[in-house]
Amino acid sequence: MSTATATHDAHEDHGPAKGLMRWITTTNHKDIGTLYLIFALIMFMIGGAMAMVIRAELFQPGMQLVDPAFFNQMTTVHALVMIFGGVMPAFTGLANWLIPMMIGAPDMALPRMNNWSFWILPFAFTLLLSTLFMDGGGPAAGWTMYPPLVLQTGDAFPFMILSIHMMGISSIMGSINVIVTIMNMRAPGMTLMKMPLFVWTWLITAYLLIATMPVLAGAVTMLLTDKFFGTSFFSAAGGGDPVLYQHVFWFFGHPEVYILILPAFGIISQIIPTFARKPLFGYSSMVYATASIAFLSFIVWAHHMFTVGMPTAGELFFMYATMMIAVPTGVKVFNWVSTMWKGSMTFETPMLFAIAFVFLFTIGGFSGLMLAIAPADFQYHDTYFVVAHFHYVLVSGAVFSIMAAVYYWLPKWTGHMYDEKLGKLHFWLSAISMNVLFFPQHFLGLAGMPRRIPDYSVQFTGFNQISSIGGFVFGLSQVLFCYIVYKTIKGGQPASEKVWEGAQGLEWTLPSPPPYHSFVEAPAIK
Amino acid sequence: MRVRWKKQNQRGFGVLKRSTAVKGVTTLASLLLAESASAEYRLNMTQGVTPISHDVYDLHMTILWVCVAIGIVVFGAMFYAVYKHRKSKGAVAANFHESTFAEFAWTIVPILILVSMAIPATKTLLAMDDLSDSDMTIKVTGIQWKWKYDYLDDGISFISSLAPEHNQARQRDSGIDVTKIENYLLEVDHPVVVPVGKKIRFLTTANDVIHSWWVPALGWKKDAIPGFINEMWARIDKPGVYRGQCAELCGKDHGFMPIVVVAKNESDYRDWVAMKKQEQADALASADRAWSKDELMKKGAQVYATSCAACHQANGQGLPGAFPALAGSALVKGPVEGHIDRVMNGKQGTAMAAFAGLLSDVEIAAVITYERNSFGNDTGDVVQPATIKAARK
Repeated sequence: MSTATATHDAHEDHGPAKGLMRWITTTNHKDIGTLYLIFALIMFMIGGAMAMVIRAELFQPGMQLVDPAFFNQMTTVHALVMIFGGVMPAFTGLANWLIPMMIGAPDMALPRMNNWSFWILPFAFTLLLSTLFMDGGGPAAGWTMYPPLVLQTGDAFPFMILSIHMMGISSIMGSINVIVTIMNMRAPGMTLMKMPLFVWTWLITAYLLIATMPVLAGAVTMLLTDKFFGTSFFSAAGGGDPVLYQHVFWFFGHPEVYILILPAFGIISQIIPTFARKPLFGYSSMVYATASIAFLSFIVWAHHMFTVGMPTAGELFFMYATMMIAVPTGVKVFNWVSTMWKGSMTFETPMLFAIAFVFLFTIGGFSGLMLAIAPADFQYHDTYFVVAHFHYVLVSGAVFSIMAAVYYWLPKWTGHMYDEKLGKLHFWLSAISMNVLFFPQHFLGLAGMPRRIPDYSVQFTGFNQISSIGGFVFGLSQVLFCYIVYKTIKGGQPASEKVWEGAQGLEWTLPSPPPYHSFVEAPAIK
Repeated sequence: MRVRWKKQNQRGFGVLKRSTAVKGVTTLASLLLAESASAEYRLNMTQGVTPISHDVYDLHMTILWVCVAIGIVVFGAMFYAVYKHRKSKGAVAANFHESTFAEFAWTIVPILILVSMAIPATKTLLAMDDLSDSDMTIKVTGIQWKWKYDYLDDGISFISSLAPEHNQARQRDSGIDVTKIENYLLEVDHPVVVPVGKKIRFLTTANDVIHSWWVPALGWKKDAIPGFINEMWARIDKPGVYRGQCAELCGKDHGFMPIVVVAKNESDYRDWVAMKKQEQADALASADRAWSKDELMKKGAQVYATSCAACHQANGQGLPGAFPALAGSALVKGPVEGHIDRVMNGKQGTAMAAFAGLLSDVEIAAVITYERNSFGNDTGDVVQPATIKAARK
């Protein structure tokens, strides 16, 4: 049975609805993928605008633009929007678009739940963002929401908690869908060890999400009851402990950061072999490394808490376990480089982003390893060194991988090639400005600048100014990205089925764009 | 300082002459290694002034060089491949795609490197956690947004806030050029004075939310958690002034509660202790006499500026939705007992702290008198320190 022509006949009796109702009621994985991706792009720009406010205020010492309380709202909501509104929905959008096509399935296993998973998000973020306009302003205790400080939040508090619950439900439902789809709907012949690595990383990410989002829900519910229902989970006066919150939060929070990066690893593992024209090096090692990272991610959480006053044995355990995570992560980096080695590479925009990912994410990994050394962390913790670390792994890591994915698969989704010149321009602007923005922050942290402060001592001016300039250029460059995406959706050079010379995988056997329902009959797997 | 930056980079990337490259690398190396080079472009962690801070610096440099070495190898290979193994240069793709030996090698070797890092790190951590045989103890309490210090052996107690000149300058539209202020945001009204060469035990706790006490020169920070006590120690090698900041988000003025530690030699320290004890005795005595309205208003204005204005604002208008206005407030204009109770005992579930433990009888009496006669509140009331003293029972 041929693979590429499994489509409906010309008169689809249940083709897509027309107009707005199509998007509200769709149960089609391609439509839902598109909704997630556009939503994520909008959230990325909103979170980015908040970052611009932050960098503008930090351009000079002294307070020029905003008050300290509003600044704290900006840092808090920037992170919540980027993590829960930007990166996670973007990865979920990619999962929706790609997993069924990559495994030869007609759609996700639970299409109606899929629709709900998406549509919760606009409501969740309307709730969250509306708090910025309330009396007392939005949440300002950091995205980590530590008590007792977070309990001083005003009217925004219950809205913030509810919106986080909604985001969590969305993620859990999406993850159930991913797991059920992958475990049950692979085309015959596609064993687990034949799946594309993007599918593997999402399978593992989905398990992480199901394990940890309920823990976050528990943590924020305990905050809610402490504030409104007389409990004292986190209040010493009532027999509780603020540090309990930190343990519960970071038990979620550490796997969360791997949730934010494992799909990125999967994307890069798809892109590099294509443009090196060489198979991924060490496929099974890559699978085992991903699984090891996921497992280890559950036993390192307190490295976010080295300064709370843990017993020595605890500090040592978490230091050793955290250092160990470097091993499987390093294995993945070595495997990517080995994939490139003795390949026949070309450097279209997706490959540029992928190579930048390997280089810059690894730098982020190095600063992470430095942070793992507990006694040294006593100097790094809560400084700009940490801010530099996580932005290297999240911006040049997660975000660059999402951009790489968009450039890589947009021709498949839309049937149009994006403008390669503009794509390359966007890449170079982003890659260079990202480093101008975040590299100096390592120095700021080492020199003694704490994080989450709106004003600083004069000796920090130089690097703050450089960082802010990098920020403005980076921000503007993303406007270019929005234009490129828009332009490509509207039109462009027609894309072939395979699009890229070295591309492998079932999605590249479908037309570009693929039919509304693809693989209605399962393809044959070689 | 801007001039120096331009000079180093005038050449741009393509035209880097060898001499400029050498100069650049040497400058970079000296910036990385030297302590006091170019304050504005400081690149590296401080070595500090305690044995622990030196150990921590060494650990930091070691792990940094390990990462640099691994980076050179890995990125070297990658960029070599990018250069050499490209289609436009006619490279033909090989077909290999696995090697069990390679996977073992690049799993085992990193493990060995990590173990060798873990050993000195463990040693330093154990040393940091050894609080035996300390010579003195200082309790540090984090409060929104200042620090309180209690010298448990000598019975000295005081609050340390951001210096008033800095506090004024940092207000939005203050019109003050902050670059003209020395140690901007790193100066306090009452620094922590300590002796050199003694093992000082620091106990950290907090009154309201989590803060963190951090002086980079000492080599560590420790969270200050309400209801709990953490401990850490330091032995300072040489006299000097060491500055730090709060290092855990604690509300709107998290960036404005610095720490200043002044280390003195033994005899200067003992002089300071004696002076402080005398100051405290005088202050206690002054609570027993009657104070004039003018004296109370003057003192009250000072106390208001350091302890109240952060939330209730200098004009008493507060911040709608966050901090109530004192101007025209029913509580401030109503019965004195209610006003005293609120100031001394705070308000549960809000940011209003209990100032009974933070301010003296004189200070509380003065600030209440000030509030009742300012911002358009014309109660005419005068509250004496003796009233506050009685209210404490």
